[in-house]
Amino acid sequence: MSDNVQQYITKTQADYARCIDDDRLEEWPNFFHGPCLYKITTSSNYRDGLEAGIVFANSRGMLSDRVSALRDANIYERQSYRHILGQPSIISKEGPMVRSETSFLVARILQDGDTSIYATGRYFDLYEIADEAAKLNERTVVCDSSRIDTLLALPL
Amino acid sequence: MNKIVLPPNESSPASWPEGLTRVPYWVFQDQKIYAEEQRRIFQGPNWHYLALEVELAEAGDFLTTQVGDTPVIVTRDSDSEIYAFENRCAHRGALICLEHRGKHRKDFSCVYHAWNYDPQGNLTGVAFKDGVKGKGGMPDSFKMEQHGPRKLRIAILHGLIFGSFSEDVPSIEEYLGEEILTRIERVLGGRTPVVLGRFTQVLPNNWKLYMENVKDSYHASILHLFFTTFELNRLSQKGGIIVDESGGHHVSYSAIDPDAEKDVEYAKQQLRSESEYKLADPTLLQGFDEYHDGVTLQILSVFPTFVLQQIQNAIAVRQIVPRAVDKTDLNWTYLGFADDTPEQRLTRIKQGNLVGPAGYISMEDGCVGGFVQRGIAGASDERAVLEMGGAEAKSSESRVTESSVRGFWKAYRANMGL
Repeated sequence: MSDNVQQYITKTQADYARCIDDDRLEEWPNFFHGPCLYKITTSSNYRDGLEAGIVFANSRGMLSDRVSALRDANIYERQSYRHILGQPSIISKEGPMVRSETSFLVARILQDGDTSIYATGRYFDLYEIADEAAKLNERTVVCDSSRIDTLLALPL
Repeated sequence: MNKIVLPPNESSPASWPEGLTRVPYWVFQDQKIYAEEQRRIFQGPNWHYLALEVELAEAGDFLTTQVGDTPVIVTRDSDSEIYAFENRCAHRGALICLEHRGKHRKDFSCVYHAWNYDPQGNLTGVAFKDGVKGKGGMPDSFKMEQHGPRKLRIAILHGLIFGSFSEDVPSIEEYLGEEILTRIERVLGGRTPVVLGRFTQVLPNNWKLYMENVKDSYHASILHLFFTTFELNRLSQKGGIIVDESGGHHVSYSAIDPDAEKDVEYAKQQLRSESEYKLADPTLLQGFDEYHDGVTLQILSVFPTFVLQQIQNAIAVRQIVPRAVDKTDLNWTYLGFADDTPEQRLTRIKQGNLVGPAGYISMEDGCVGGFVQRGIAGASDERAVLEMGGAEAKSSESRVTESSVRGFWKAYRANMGL
């Protein structure tokens, strides 16, 4: 069972990364289910228990608004990400609810071709395992560095 | 007084255009200007934001920050007073403190040769000062009290700690003037701020381009399309620009017009049925009446590099730190207040989405400075045009003006002798 859990989470995370990296952002909110929480913060804020995020959404509507704002309102140079994910570590399991931690590295590719390491960090996730799949309830993206280059448009 | 050394393509200081409506692009590009700014502005008679008093709540608390290029340690000593001094060992110049912040610090010791400092920045110990077995050591002429990092003057205003390296800087009250003081008090007066988060946005441009942007109310509804796209900016808002006498400090504010509010309610009804775009979760913008004066936006800047922001209920201080001619750190500190209810706290955190590096209405500010920096490459003989709203640097009821941007240049030129 726990091997399966690992597999389900790995699959969900791989699909999540492809969704963003392939610029299918309209599908991105669909990765969240139930009482949705998505937050981007830094390791020092996380360590100190500071509540605010660089991005904070506690409803799927707020995730959709992120995407429509990026498409229709916000101004930024075209850019894309390449997510490289580590293996998820299962932190705790209570019934169908599983907490995991996964390392990520995100490279950002700007329209002039410049590719750089944009962010490294950890996903702290809460999944619900149902129907042989892991559904994301909460994702706290904790960036290792508190420095963000220029702006953060796309989700991590 | 040292003379400004101008870039080679400019023949004399007179080449800075007359008046306040033209800004030569070399001022964002020239290495010598950057160095001169460090000396005249950041070491000069100005007040620089260092930290929040609440970040140094207890004796022994300390943090490190920067005034321009210069690293600085800020402490609260056992006498409960705030002190600040250069984070540079008097011996060989190494950093004295490597940590960003911490507690319970009774002294600071340089790792290189263990020269030791008290929390007020006094040199209190020199390793092997008297040598070993009567040999070596410092000469008798060496007096510890004659050596030590430079200390900053400190001014505390509504929980904001400012520091200055200059003995000539006027009092903070005189420096800011009544109108700016009142507007700082409006946001912070009599309240205990709580830090909700800290982030640094790395900007690919000269620091002055960010300060211009902060003071530029003309761009706000053009560059930041979030409100207009989501048709949330139908409020017919009144407001204005305050520019202080020096030109260097400003306030831009807008207020809900009670007469227009009925129309807004009407418009909202229309919006739901007619508009293609709307927020799926409009709770993002549902705030609470915090200041009871109808002002939903107040952006305040203090020359040279401090910003206090109220955007609805998103309160933040911003500290601008120049890192190079074309690189700037923008340090964000998001604030709540100790007496916030949980609902108010959540509102602030939700409205945090409006600001910062991922902010719906300020992520663009992170990139436009870079667009200018790249755009003016190779054009150091050219000049920016700042004629919107006239040629002066005065307070104005209209926000379609570059008055406070011109004010910045007025103060900048006075500081730089240009």
